[in-house]
Amino acid sequence: MIPVAFEYEVAESVDHAIELLGQHGDEAKLLAGGHSLLPIMKLRLAAPAMLVDLGRVNDLKYIRDEGDHIAIGAMTRHCEVERDQTLREHCGLLAYTASLVGDPQVRHRGTIGGSISHGDAASDLPSALLALEAEFVIRGPNGERTVRATDFFKDYLQTDLAPDEVLTEIRVPKLGSNTGWSYQKFNRRAQDWAVVGACAVVERSNGSISTARIGLTNMGSTPLRATAAERALSGADAGSIADAVQNADEGTSPSSDVAASAEFRRHLARVLTRRAVEQAVSR
Amino acid sequence: MRRIQMTVDGRGHIAEVEPRLLLLHHLRENLGIGGVHWGCNTTNCGACTVLMNGESVKSCTVLAVQADGAEITTVRGIMENGLWHPVQQAFHETHGLQCGYCTPGMIMASVSLLKENPEPSEQEIREALEGNLCRCTGYENIVKAVQMAAPYVRRSEPVAAS
Ligand SMILES: Cc1cc2nc3c(=O)[nH]c(=O)nc-3n(C[C@H](O)[C@H](O)[C@H](O)COP(=O)(O)OP(=O)(O)OC[C@H]3O[C@@H](n4cnc5c(N)ncnc54)[C@H](O)[C@@H]3O)c2cc1C
Ligand code: FES
Ligand code: FES
Repeated sequence: MIPVAFEYEVAESVDHAIELLGQHGDEAKLLAGGHSLLPIMKLRLAAPAMLVDLGRVNDLKYIRDEGDHIAIGAMTRHCEVERDQTLREHCGLLAYTASLVGDPQVRHRGTIGGSISHGDAASDLPSALLALEAEFVIRGPNGERTVRATDFFKDYLQTDLAPDEVLTEIRVPKLGSNTGWSYQKFNRRAQDWAVVGACAVVERSNGSISTARIGLTNMGSTPLRATAAERALSGADAGSIADAVQNADEGTSPSSDVAASAEFRRHLARVLTRRAVEQAVSR
Repeated sequence: MRRIQMTVDGRGHIAEVEPRLLLLHHLRENLGIGGVHWGCNTTNCGACTVLMNGESVKSCTVLAVQADGAEITTVRGIMENGLWHPVQQAFHETHGLQCGYCTPGMIMASVSLLKENPEPSEQEIREALEGNLCRCTGYENIVKAVQMAAPYVRRSEPVAAS
């Protein structure tokens, strides 16, 4: 299992990467941690003619407290997101979710930017970022733009990124003391991808839920929001959560595979959403 | 071809490599380090685990060119003052191996764990080794080996051979 031969360039900066991507068109691909791209290249499911390595662009490696939000450079690795004190304190959902990605070796290489750009519905971070209503900063030949996570994931492994654009920054809100969170990842074996996952970010006021945002992992061709359950949860209290999440799978289109049937996935989406919301309201 | 330079087990190496060459193959074939095992080649088994700048990585999923300038440590490079590393000795003492195929990767993943978390609980050890598969031992004695090694690693002391 050896990839098809390719050309390789080291990007010195984001602008240099954009320039290299522009020169080589859609023959070229960015290389971040390589933990999604290299496995599929080894299986020869992808054969880019050119890899542009972002690994040396050190100014994409940071986690910064920006007052009302936290800014994370795209080349920040999962292990850094997992351990960062600012994230643990103000956006525990993201740090916790990163700690569940793959195994330590994968987290020492894989990056948050790579995970988002790959756009795999089975990845854990994208559903957390949906529930957090994160924003992504993207730079291309014509400058910078900001896209909401909710508008970013388009279809199976398809995102809003153009072939000559680079995701540079992820912005997540600081969660206040009335906001609870949880991620429920269901898998059968250690290290595995989620069969289904449910993230909840819940704002409470006077003992009931004012707003709930639910992100679902592996329930369709993209990471999804469980919008029907979100509506039903608004105003719910501890006693009515179980009823409110009964439509958590509405609008999803899970697949059947060796890990689970589509029907079982729908069942899991409801159960995991309930568990996530119950845990979120209690912390 | 690209010219790369890396330090492997304390020695500098310069090589001309194809960009698609995996770090695993560079270490095994170009540098002759058979202690880096080639298992699944699909990032699952962990047999190929080495340290890259002190952190565990699966060398079948890193390009040699990505490791340009890096410091690589394999199981061959962890002996200290002519004595086995505490993790190596502890695997020996507790019978943390049977066929030995997974062992170099298990040892390197354990060395990386103990750097990041010098006093892991049993549960933390099990979770930290989730990227390393063993088809022989049932993991019990591997977990015991890491538990045995941890205090010696903290004190930078060798485990006495029994
Ligand atoms: C054994 C194994 C288990 C795993 N388990 C999990 C799991 O449980 N949960 C999970 O979520 N993930 C899992 N992963 C995937 C892992 O999280 C990857 O690290 C991640 O999906 C991709 O990040 P990367 O930095 O490795 O990206 P790469 O593989 O380098 O890149 C992925 C794609 O994104 C593009 N890209 C990368 N960075 C940018 C950027 N800044 N701007 C624009 N495009 C970019 C690349 O061109 C490529 O198309 C697993 C991977 C392995 C190998
Ligand atoms: S050979 Fe690298 S993980 Fe199995
Ligand atoms: S000892 Fe045989 S695979 Fe682990």
